[in-house]
Amino acid sequence: MKRHRKVPFLHVAVDLPKMDIFLQQIINGLVQGSIYALVALGYTMVYGIMGLINFAHGEVVMIGTLVTITVATTLIKAGMPVAVAGLAGLSSAVLVCMALGWGLERIAYRPLRNAPRLTPLITAIGMSIVLQNVAMIVWGRNYLTFPHLLPKVNFEFAGAHFTAIQVMIVVVSGLTMAGLVLLVYRTKLGMAMRATAQNPQVASLMGVNSNRVISAAFVIGSALGALAGVMVGTYYEIAHYQMGFMLGLKAFTAAVLGGIGNLAGAMAGGILLGIIEALGAGYIGDLTGGFLGSHYQDIFAFIVLIVVLMFKPSGLFGEKTGDRA
Amino acid sequence: MQAKLSVVALSVAAALAMTACGKKEEPKPAAAPAAPAAPAAKPVIVVKLGHVAPMTGPQAHLGKDNESGARLAIEELNAQGLEIGGAKVSFELLGEDDQADPKQGSIVAQKLVDAKVAGVIGHLNSGTTIPASKLYSDAGIPQISGSATNPKYTQQGFKTAFRVMANDVQQGKSLGEFAAKQGVKTVAIVDDRTAYGQGLADEFKKAAEAAGIKVVATEYTNDKATDFKAILTKIKSTKPDLVFYGGMDAQGGPMAKQMKELGIKAKFLGGDGVCTPEFMKLGGEATEGNYCSLPGMPLEKLAKGPEFKDKFTKKFGMDIQLYAPYVYDAVMVMADSMKRADSVDPAKYLPAVGQTKYDGVTAMIEFDQFGDLKGGEISIYQYKGGKLEYVETLGGSAVGAVKEAAAEVKEAAKAVAGAASAAGADAVKAGAEAVKGAAEATKAAVEKK
Repeated sequence: MKRHRKVPFLHVAVDLPKMDIFLQQIINGLVQGSIYALVALGYTMVYGIMGLINFAHGEVVMIGTLVTITVATTLIKAGMPVAVAGLAGLSSAVLVCMALGWGLERIAYRPLRNAPRLTPLITAIGMSIVLQNVAMIVWGRNYLTFPHLLPKVNFEFAGAHFTAIQVMIVVVSGLTMAGLVLLVYRTKLGMAMRATAQNPQVASLMGVNSNRVISAAFVIGSALGALAGVMVGTYYEIAHYQMGFMLGLKAFTAAVLGGIGNLAGAMAGGILLGIIEALGAGYIGDLTGGFLGSHYQDIFAFIVLIVVLMFKPSGLFGEKTGDRA
Repeated sequence: MQAKLSVVALSVAAALAMTACGKKEEPKPAAAPAAPAAPAAKPVIVVKLGHVAPMTGPQAHLGKDNESGARLAIEELNAQGLEIGGAKVSFELLGEDDQADPKQGSIVAQKLVDAKVAGVIGHLNSGTTIPASKLYSDAGIPQISGSATNPKYTQQGFKTAFRVMANDVQQGKSLGEFAAKQGVKTVAIVDDRTAYGQGLADEFKKAAEAAGIKVVATEYTNDKATDFKAILTKIKSTKPDLVFYGGMDAQGGPMAKQMKELGIKAKFLGGDGVCTPEFMKLGGEATEGNYCSLPGMPLEKLAKGPEFKDKFTKKFGMDIQLYAPYVYDAVMVMADSMKRADSVDPAKYLPAVGQTKYDGVTAMIEFDQFGDLKGGEISIYQYKGGKLEYVETLGGSAVGAVKEAAAEVKEAAKAVAGAASAAGADAVKAGAEAVKGAAEATKAAVEKK
């Protein structure tokens, strides 16, 4: 067994490892948080426009991952280059999820547009269960391995390790979010979305086709979900029909933390949640003198959530919106 | 309710009287002799066996594997056409899903108790098996688990609780000793806070510390997690030689992979929960060269092992994940006990379960007074080139032989004492010889070890 290299000065030996571990935890949190943020955008877009919490969104992410696996693995087996297979997998996942998002809205939510708020919420939970079971039937109960789409390159910075995939996740998340902000604030469709969010009746009186706008929100949200699914897949390299549930729940928490309905809030909430979780798991044992172990990491996240909601009930970036019954 | 039941019973009896070869949904054989209404054909009793494992959720692949093992056994038993208590027996499997959740485990256990099953195979996880075992014990239903390894399961004093796999005291101990033998000086322990993971990690910790290994970090996760970077980063700062994981493959695989990504050079070691093909699939090359343990001997080394493997893969078109052979044996032991007791009544065949001596696929199955498998070897495997390669077997029959020999010495000593009181010279001589024989057996066993 190789011995660890000795550090010449004692104070360096004490301080250095702590800093690199802290940096590593921040990187862990940032990557995890970027994924949360991307999923949270899907929740927040739909909520912002129609006040519905689409609990089936986590399952859309899961289906995105599984479709990518099927397509990419088949193509790689057929002898296609990995990059082509990966892109084909990604685009088919995006297309399938867009269709799924559109279909969900059309079948499950549109007929309930004017129903009491609780009804579509229950329908959303129902759709989540339906999608999970469909995925279980199609892809089976076993864990699936995600093909290696990116070469394994490890970087080291100040003692912290990270991979090319992690860098890609943060970059892609950032670009996607920026693109979404541009879409909402700089395009005609975005303007229609904001109008519908403010008041669907008045917007439709002004000539906005609110059905189309709502469909677009679902389709775009689902495409982002597919993208998030592919990134989760490349990062952890495993997928399972139940993977969307916890991810969806965490992303929903992130959206609420940031202020649900607000795009910037979803991003900030996601990244914040990821970092809090990583730091929580890393330091909760030391902070409580070993009384609470790292499995209590979620306590941190939820304490922060509760405190934020106590002082800012609409979340960090949430605007006060008028109640729409 | 009472009235309703008797109506059902009446209609069943009527149906039986009308159709000579009608099935009778009555597990109690007490009613079986009351079937002279159909003298033409032998009466058929349907014996319902419950099977519980997580069929959904992160461990669904293992649950399905267990159920396939049970299904294979049931089909073979039905094909054999067993006769118990003068009636033909047709076994029926009631499969339940406990989602690896203790709460759900108790709910489905109650459901099986209400369905008046004759016996229960399962559950898969220790965390669900332990609370459910109380319900089965109260109802007097024999329970044989093929995979619940937490020692507590059989230590609660329930006469109905059995397992056909070595428990985690043996496994943790073997793993601890193995780690020490590998030259490990410091270890970080992670467990998933389930009854199984925590139990195994605790037993490992005891054994490791006894062997002089220093535990430098203790971290926890849960049985649904996929991201372990935070705890692994913390572990990294303690620079251990080895990371031990008490938990299942769905977490262990990604954990091994993430260890590598973080630049942790430590080896990875785990118990039966990660000793699966799935673990290697999920962990990829990060698993290469690491070790895990599995109770019992490898299938290839057992007389009936390869045959079972062939049967299983042919029937289900997939490889055995983990516990299928154990669950298969559990069903067979239950049927064997019924046969020996000549009854499918839980109260009547329960004593026979304790006296089992069944030559199963996984082992020669005999139970001690707690319901634990006697002997119980632990085999160590290495992940090599995408395959589990057998390394060695620790404990088990050698230990069992020593124990038995010791018991013999004790009995012989008793015989001596008895003989002395009888003052018969011959008896004393015989007793002395018995002691000598037993001592020799002990010696032989120790040497074998």
